[in-house]
Amino acid sequence: MLSSLRSGVQGLWRVSSRALQTTTNLQHDSLFVHRDTPEDNPSIPFEFTPENNKRVEALLAIYPEGHKRAAMIPLLDLAQRQNGGWLPISAMHKVAEILKLPRMRVYEVATFYTMFIRRPIGKYHVQVCTTTPCWLRGSDAVLNAIKEATGCEVGGNSPCGKFSLSEVECLGACVNAPMVQVNDDYYEDLTVDDTKEIIEKLKRDEKPKPGPRSGRYASEPLGGLTSLTEEPTGPGFGLQDALKA
Amino acid sequence: MLRQPLTRALALSSPARAAPLAVRRYAEIAPQPDKVEVFIDDKPVYVPPGTTVLQAAAQVGVEIPRFCYHERLAVAGNCRMCLVEVEKSPKPVAACAMPVMKGMRVKTNSDLTRKAREGVMEFLLVNHPLDCPICDQGGECDLQDQSMAFGSDKSRFTDIHFSGKRAVEDKDVGPLIKTIMTRCIHCTRCIRFASEVAGVDDLGTTGRGTDMQVGTYVEKMFLSELSGNIIDLCPVGALTSKPYSFAARPWETRRIDSVDVLDPLGSNIVVSTRTNEVLRILPRTNEEINEEWLSDKSRFACDGLKRQRLVTPLMADSRGNLTPVDWEDAVVAAARALRDCPPDKLLAVAGDMADAESLVALKDLLNRLGSENACTEQYFPLEGAGIDLRSTYLLNTGIANVEDADFVLLIGTNVRFEAPLLNTRIRKAFIHKDTDVALIGPKVDLTYDYVHVGESASIVKDLASGTSAHEVLRKLEQAKRPVVILGADQLKTQEGAALLAYTQELALRLQDKLEDKNWKVLNVLQRTASQVAALDIGYKPGVGALLSAGPQVVYLLGADSGVVTRESLPKDAVVIYQGHHGDAGAAIADVVLPGAAYTEKRATYVNAEGRAQQTLPAVTPPGQAREDWKIIRAISEVVGVRLPYDNLDEVRDRLSQISPALVTYGDVQNNNYFAQARALAQSLQKPVSGNLDVKLKTLEDYFMTDAISRASPTMAKCVQAVLKQKQSTY
Repeated sequence: MLSSLRSGVQGLWRVSSRALQTTTNLQHDSLFVHRDTPEDNPSIPFEFTPENNKRVEALLAIYPEGHKRAAMIPLLDLAQRQNGGWLPISAMHKVAEILKLPRMRVYEVATFYTMFIRRPIGKYHVQVCTTTPCWLRGSDAVLNAIKEATGCEVGGNSPCGKFSLSEVECLGACVNAPMVQVNDDYYEDLTVDDTKEIIEKLKRDEKPKPGPRSGRYASEPLGGLTSLTEEPTGPGFGLQDALKA
Repeated sequence: MLRQPLTRALALSSPARAAPLAVRRYAEIAPQPDKVEVFIDDKPVYVPPGTTVLQAAAQVGVEIPRFCYHERLAVAGNCRMCLVEVEKSPKPVAACAMPVMKGMRVKTNSDLTRKAREGVMEFLLVNHPLDCPICDQGGECDLQDQSMAFGSDKSRFTDIHFSGKRAVEDKDVGPLIKTIMTRCIHCTRCIRFASEVAGVDDLGTTGRGTDMQVGTYVEKMFLSELSGNIIDLCPVGALTSKPYSFAARPWETRRIDSVDVLDPLGSNIVVSTRTNEVLRILPRTNEEINEEWLSDKSRFACDGLKRQRLVTPLMADSRGNLTPVDWEDAVVAAARALRDCPPDKLLAVAGDMADAESLVALKDLLNRLGSENACTEQYFPLEGAGIDLRSTYLLNTGIANVEDADFVLLIGTNVRFEAPLLNTRIRKAFIHKDTDVALIGPKVDLTYDYVHVGESASIVKDLASGTSAHEVLRKLEQAKRPVVILGADQLKTQEGAALLAYTQELALRLQDKLEDKNWKVLNVLQRTASQVAALDIGYKPGVGALLSAGPQVVYLLGADSGVVTRESLPKDAVVIYQGHHGDAGAAIADVVLPGAAYTEKRATYVNAEGRAQQTLPAVTPPGQAREDWKIIRAISEVVGVRLPYDNLDEVRDRLSQISPALVTYGDVQNNNYFAQARALAQSLQKPVSGNLDVKLKTLEDYFMTDAISRASPTMAKCVQAVLKQKQSTY
């Protein structure tokens, strides 16, 4: 009696956990195939601005003849900056045209690097580091604060269209954890209040001061120096008298 | 500009990559560097430096498993299946990318090697669906075979989170290739084929890590005339043939070696059949012709062999409608027409896919009836040397040797669609040997860069006389191995003879100056598989004058290209059509005699370079259709001029009487008498002014060019798909 009950329960358990799987989990927040959308399709023209055209020429001049394709990443970056932080397909086509490369070679690069964003994003791309050191120092709270303040979900845009939020892996500022990157600037040593203040400022299109929020200049110890505290000795320190001039 | 990254170029030009020596008749004999000794499983082998471990192992008969490595493509080294242990190396090394070093001791069957392979195989299978039972690659799948031979006997893959395996959405790359991208193991062979051989850089990898996928990123058809080859290259079932999908398993089919007749190159093929039906056509390796590739028309037009077929003899009834009759009636009617016709009013026209046996039988029949009016649909000028010297109408350089050329001049030919596999040779030379190409004729996409000299025929004249100011002349004169290829279509016009004369003059002037006396410069690229054999046998090229003389009886031997029409014939002319498809020829016929297609008969075809090859019967002709030479032989009996051969061997004896080259299968004879042809053509060098034009300009023109491909639904879909792709913004 008891055993049949157990097997029945086990059977139930098995059914529920082996339910029909229809799609696999998406393991990345962006697609690696292109879908035409009203915002992003090849019939939307893309041209570099005159200033950027000068930059394009300067970039191309760096690389020797026959290796001009090395300028692909800088050119894509330039196109992305010109286009408000994301890279439309027509910009990729433009870069392919400039470099005289098949379009596929540009698609390959643009999809490989996560810093090329192939969907329309907000004016401020907020990237929250949630790798171990930042996480230990409270990046979850920071992330939640940003979600609340902007209304973004991770991988999405805010309703106002001004913000986009991404969760990223280590951005190399672990000493100043937790940190977020907004466009090109790092905001470090964050608390929830700091984060909210940054977002509020960005909402008003003011630029918050980048860098650590803890009063540190860079990544020196928070409580003042614990070593190398004395005045550095000058040249000639410790030399025997005979060698002194 | 570098045509490809230096490392790749080096890897590809290494001596070990070159095809067998017998093919490279003109290959430069570079001083051989000292060979190094390496030990594969303790067996010593001497190989040139730069050879990879995998190639060295192949030399002693040790096959190292691989997925991404392919001897005709650049080394990628990304599948890791070829990991082997090398003594004194801390880690297993990838044999396909590792060059040998002196005294290297490779262990291809050690514990470490086996463990490495099992590990790689396990990883591959983690992300590979277990759908072999519904996979078209089943039975000819490298992954299946190698997991049996080298994989582990158990799996540690337990999907503990029940999250399912990696899944990738399928791509739509056209009507020929079916993609099931979840099965892809990222070997990148298709990508490398597309960019290196096909020259259509539409495939690539997008994304990274576990999300990486092979595809086109945007919705785009794979616009290549060689696309079918990526099906063969794919080691798993990710790319399979759409027309052949779910048709058969490889062990159910019978494979017959044969020869393709849909282009003039005579690519070697394997015909897969089951229950008397051609299921698919695959390429057969022949280093001298098609390597291991096959063009899409040759591969996929085989479903045209089942449609629009003539399965019974037909005769026009009183109202002019073709109605089925017995063989006897049809043969008697045909024989009566032939017998009652005055010899000078008799005309025989051979079409694109006529085999040498039926050609010789038809010509013998005509000769016995007192007529000499046997001609082909394709024209070739008879002035000068005409067709008396074989070298004037052949691809003298040879298909394989074209890749040794250092300058290629194309005159009035879109070689990409007229002979796709010749174009891959030129592309190969262009990429790996820095060969330059120039084109006179309309601007077309040849998949490589070329100098467009112009469209006017007078450019050829200027080049021939050495008065041209164009840089191409200087390049041609400096070239050590120049190749001049003239498209046979250009010879149809009034100025054809002069154009040929100038081309001969140009080629011979270049050839005389060469150090390599064996190198042939002059090439004429014929358009059809039958033309060379017909000219060898003595058919007159072109129907022009004979047709305007108003023939009473016209015997069409598979002549479907529309050269002979009802309008061009007298009202009471009798048209006898013998062939396999109900196409242009049968439509105008009074008597239709159903013949056999190239997959249904043992027949001789001579390719554009003059190489005789034979097809073998893979299936029996449908219905009451018969082998072509036998039909003609039967008619001759009824006419009363019995042809003196009763079986195939006797027909071939007759062929060898005409020219031994017609029956030396697989060989190509050395052509000569260039100087004599040039001398005879001197008087033909008249001014030329016309523009050169080619028929096949873009991909949609390529698919349907003859009776078989016009009957093929797959080819029709290809044309539709290409036209649709042209509308797309990608």
